[in-house]
Amino acid sequence: MEYLLIFIAAIFVNNVVLSQFLGICPFLGVSKKVSTATGMGAAVTFVLTLATIVTFLIQTYILTPNNLNYLQTLTFILVIASLVQMVEIVLKKVSPALYGALGVFLPLITTNCCVLGVAIGVIQKNYNLLQSVVYAFATAIGFALALIIFAAIREQLDLVELPKGVKGISIVMITAGLLSLAFMGFSGVDGGLKLLFGI
Amino acid sequence: MKRYIDILLNGLVKENPVFVLVLGMCPTLATTSSAINGLSMGLATCFVLICSNLVISLIKNITPDKVHIPVYICIIATFVTVLQMLLAAYVPEVNASLGIFIPLIVVNCIILGRAESFASKHGPLESIFDGIGIGLGFAFALTLLGGCREFLGTGKIFDLTVFPEDFGALMFVLPPGAFITLGFLTAIVNKIRGVKN
Amino acid sequence: MKKLSNSLLNMTVVLTATAIVTGGLLAFVNSVTEGPIKEVNEQATKDGIVKVMGGNPNIKTKTDSVKIDDKTFVVYNVTDENGNAIGNAVESTTMGFGGDLKVLTGFDAEGNILGYTILGHAETPGLGAKATDWFQKGGKGDIIGKNPAKNNLTVSKDGGEVDAITASTITSRAFLKAVNEAYTASAQAAPATDCNTQATVAAADSVNANVEEAK
Repeated sequence: MEYLLIFIAAIFVNNVVLSQFLGICPFLGVSKKVSTATGMGAAVTFVLTLATIVTFLIQTYILTPNNLNYLQTLTFILVIASLVQMVEIVLKKVSPALYGALGVFLPLITTNCCVLGVAIGVIQKNYNLLQSVVYAFATAIGFALALIIFAAIREQLDLVELPKGVKGISIVMITAGLLSLAFMGFSGVDGGLKLLFGI
Repeated sequence: MKRYIDILLNGLVKENPVFVLVLGMCPTLATTSSAINGLSMGLATCFVLICSNLVISLIKNITPDKVHIPVYICIIATFVTVLQMLLAAYVPEVNASLGIFIPLIVVNCIILGRAESFASKHGPLESIFDGIGIGLGFAFALTLLGGCREFLGTGKIFDLTVFPEDFGALMFVLPPGAFITLGFLTAIVNKIRGVKN
Repeated sequence: MKKLSNSLLNMTVVLTATAIVTGGLLAFVNSVTEGPIKEVNEQATKDGIVKVMGGNPNIKTKTDSVKIDDKTFVVYNVTDENGNAIGNAVESTTMGFGGDLKVLTGFDAEGNILGYTILGHAETPGLGAKATDWFQKGGKGDIIGKNPAKNNLTVSKDGGEVDAITASTITSRAFLKAVNEAYTASAQAAPATDCNTQATVAAADSVNANVEEAK
């Protein structure tokens, strides 16, 4: 039950893009088409979950016991960067089809701050390994969901006549704001579920 | 001298990282719930940018091409951690209000972007000026955005009350307000710059 | 100067050197800032306790923890500079609207509320965040001086005697739940006893020890 709660809260209530503002760059950059948005979402889900497991283990077994907390940021970003490279190389060899689908998005993920944000976040929240994995996976699903919905809206937006000034990034921002407003409707849902299930 | 001023102005106005280049959006949206938060985030980023630009321009020739990205990331992450520790020790309020977005300066695309496109091609002095220009441009944009949101949402600017808080549109302090305010500010900036789409 | 070539030796040397230099620099800055960061955190804890225990800056505290139904509460037994008991300050956490709501509440020996402060929250700015002032002396939901054993400290909607924050019933409920839980923990903890100088010194040490543990 507790895991279901983390799952729902991370996807809807505290959506990583629309309420925590992590991973905005790819959210704005690769949301022109639903198909690319889906690819990016899948790639992020894969890397984010994997990266969180690895960084969690590094934090628990290397950094904390040796009192090396001040190396956290440095280690995590290097781990994420090398992990992305490794995933790219492995995918290329093992599953060319999957690589063809996700390949172009992989290098972009290193500078996607939701990966580092979640890796540091689970440490700050004192989650255990299983909770971290569930949280990371759900966050990534939340990212993918927001990205795909947003891409669908932008496809429609292309057909609309707009005033000159708001064309381009401006109307994209305003649309994102309205989407974020819609997601705010979910706030409090996790508290309600908690009461309902008596956690 | 004129060259350096040009570099400085370039970052502040012509290539403003937020309104023109649209980079570093995560901290821009997340930390601008008030003018003072926006300003602190802007200055924090500015500090890291100047330091990393300087060091990278100094070591650009002794870094083999194939490993330059990991080396740059190491340098940036180091300065970010130094900043994080200094803030926690001497200005804990700022550390508390910016929270997780301090370590996330590492993945702010502005910093790696400037390292790649400017510092790795220019001398140390020019790189410092580029860092100051872009950094201040970023800080200015964040303060402006934070100021607008704080004013519309709570009726205050830098905590000084302009109109009573009860008349504020709370939405502007909440996440949706960040997107919407930035959207309209960009539209205004586009109009002023006379961009033709 | 020409760029270094991409030979394996060059790359290894550069990467190793970067790792050593950055690691060393960070270790150095860490050793410089470690002390101040610790002081800042200790001071923050102490300021909070002073604030909720009536504002006397010369208090001495002894740290205790109480476990009720799997929930652990940190209880500070507070005495004034002469060793006379003032009461307990208790940290409690409940689930608010946006996340955890962490409250530090001060009680005198009879269990009357001396003061409170919000240590951390994720409530909506401008709505739930009003809890910082709402329940203070002179605020609309004033709880200062009340005693959770005698007064029904729940919101009026639930039959209690506290006015909820306008449009933030969930935050108000969470806050009052935290206060009531803190009261239970305070009542179960050893009461603040008059102590001699030696015990006071030991008490101050235990606060430090606790702050370190907390980190």
